[in-house]
Amino acid sequence: MTERGYNFAYLDEATKRMIRRAILKAVAIPGHQIPFGAREMPLPYGWGTGGIQVTASILGPRDVLKVIDQGADDTTNAVSIRRFFRRVAGVETTERTAEATVIQTRHRIPERVPVEGQIIVYQVPQPEPLYKLEPRRAETRRMHALADYGLMHVRLYEDIARLGRVATAYDYPVMVDGRYLMAPSPIPAFDNPKMDRMPALQLFGAGREKRIYAVPPYTPVRSLDFEDHPFRPIRAPHACALCGSSESYLDEVVTDDKGGRMFVCSDTDYCASRRDVAQEAAE
Amino acid sequence: MYVAVKGGESAIANAHAWLAELRRGDAGVPELSLAQIEEQLGLAVDRVMAEGSCCDRGLAALAIKQARGDLIEAAFLLRAYRTTLPRFGATAPLDTGRMRIRRRVSATYKDLPGGQVLGPTFDYTHRLLDFALAAEGGAADAPPQLPADAAPVPRVTELLAREGLMQREAACEDEPGDLTREPLAFPASRPVRLQNLARGDEGFLLGLAYSTQRGYGNTHPFVGEIRHGVVAVEFTPPELGFPIEIGEIAVTECQMVNQFKGSRTEPPQFTRGYGLAFGHGERKAMAMAMVDRALRAKELGEDTTAPAQDEEFVLYHSDNVEATGFVEHLKLPHYVDFQSELENVRAMRRDAAPADEDEERAAAE
Repeated sequence: MTERGYNFAYLDEATKRMIRRAILKAVAIPGHQIPFGAREMPLPYGWGTGGIQVTASILGPRDVLKVIDQGADDTTNAVSIRRFFRRVAGVETTERTAEATVIQTRHRIPERVPVEGQIIVYQVPQPEPLYKLEPRRAETRRMHALADYGLMHVRLYEDIARLGRVATAYDYPVMVDGRYLMAPSPIPAFDNPKMDRMPALQLFGAGREKRIYAVPPYTPVRSLDFEDHPFRPIRAPHACALCGSSESYLDEVVTDDKGGRMFVCSDTDYCASRRDVAQEAAE
Repeated sequence: MYVAVKGGESAIANAHAWLAELRRGDAGVPELSLAQIEEQLGLAVDRVMAEGSCCDRGLAALAIKQARGDLIEAAFLLRAYRTTLPRFGATAPLDTGRMRIRRRVSATYKDLPGGQVLGPTFDYTHRLLDFALAAEGGAADAPPQLPADAAPVPRVTELLAREGLMQREAACEDEPGDLTREPLAFPASRPVRLQNLARGDEGFLLGLAYSTQRGYGNTHPFVGEIRHGVVAVEFTPPELGFPIEIGEIAVTECQMVNQFKGSRTEPPQFTRGYGLAFGHGERKAMAMAMVDRALRAKELGEDTTAPAQDEEFVLYHSDNVEATGFVEHLKLPHYVDFQSELENVRAMRRDAAPADEDEERAAAE
């Protein structure tokens, strides 16, 4: 049952069309930021208004939606956004990555990399990968136009020279199709390789900054690095305390004030399905 | 055994119930009515209308009640509602020259056509807590009244312009841009800048305006005029083809008169900064006018060195709904990124550790 008095998926059809046009442009120019007339949503800026608008404009009544925050389906913001779409679109929702047609995410890519036919929608707080080096968007636009990314390479080089490694651990900049420097959103650098030639369509929505960008299926996405300092994704060197995975990205959970801690999968669906399989095997 | 934090849905529902209970407060105290908010907290209503960018006193009062008096939250509620409303078209420009004046003061002339009208102002009150107000039930004495003077009150800037001393604004019949439909792009047109400032946070604009007075981009401002009152809103329905009056709104307008030394193409003259706010919002209108003038620095060939003159800096950071969202989103979970950072710092410390030990050893020897 959807909320009365609102159009399907909250946004009016003219707004959805405007957003879809921006998405089409974005798909046509992988990694390039397209300005769009972001609307004021009933959720605060910073809570995923860009992702919500993208999801709202691509969602159809037969879609199955999964929403995650920090890799988990049960974090409060994921719960809240899922509930929003149940309310205003009445679509089926799921916690299973495999069952979803649209996955909206904040800060993670599921361990089970999205496949052909799926769309992953990233919530993006800051679409401009160069903003820490040059805050003026009029200037960064020019830098993108000229593919003038030397500044970013210099920054990475300085990190390596001073610290022996790149100090960026998340929102690690990527080159899309060898042309545009792109912010992958604040996913851990660990997730960056999953973006490369991903079979699913990747859409990025930044509501407050009013930008949409995209990576079409099977597009090369390369994390910036140097030949002698290749990109090294990082994860806690442990196995998940619940499912035993030593491949997945882990959350560190502090269990007491005496240094006690445990490491568990951040992707709750991945962890739960591994435990189900293990249990079935045991029975 | 670790159990993942579950139950987000019921936690959210319970939090909302608690919020509703706190909003109501002690049930023994009579509930606030929207009419009370509208009538007795009128300046809060005006501020929410201005920053919520929606001229509707009843809705603003509801937003204030729902937000427990948090005015930025109230502006956010009003904005989120406003964005769902259909648009029928654009009204004719307000003619504030034909305003029914409640207050009108000029700091540049002792007396002038239309006179100085002090109106309802805090300006000359002594800020002594009035304990009589703590005792409820008293109706205020009605002030003495004169018959209204219906003659239009000419604008101070127009008086100067007739003498050729005030730069004329270029007339333009184009429909102004709308940043709620089209994202900001730079350089922004003056109408878009003014729209941004009109929606902008009063505190932010106040701070910026103040900074120009303390040397960060001086604009030498004088209050040419502040006027507050009621103006007619006219709209031309396509099926009629001529403008009809669809209502009246209260606004506050401020025109700052600023010195300008002249440039290669322009003689020395005064220039203006413009501010307009819904309802009675003098602080907002004045600050807006000063920031508007500061933002014209480039156009007038002045040095742009101060934050208030930096278009991108001002326009991207003036919106309190955007600002509060992004600042407050930091309380959302960030543990995935923090974990990545944690592992990175641990790795960097490991890399650095042997060197430190070498140094310690060298120092010990």
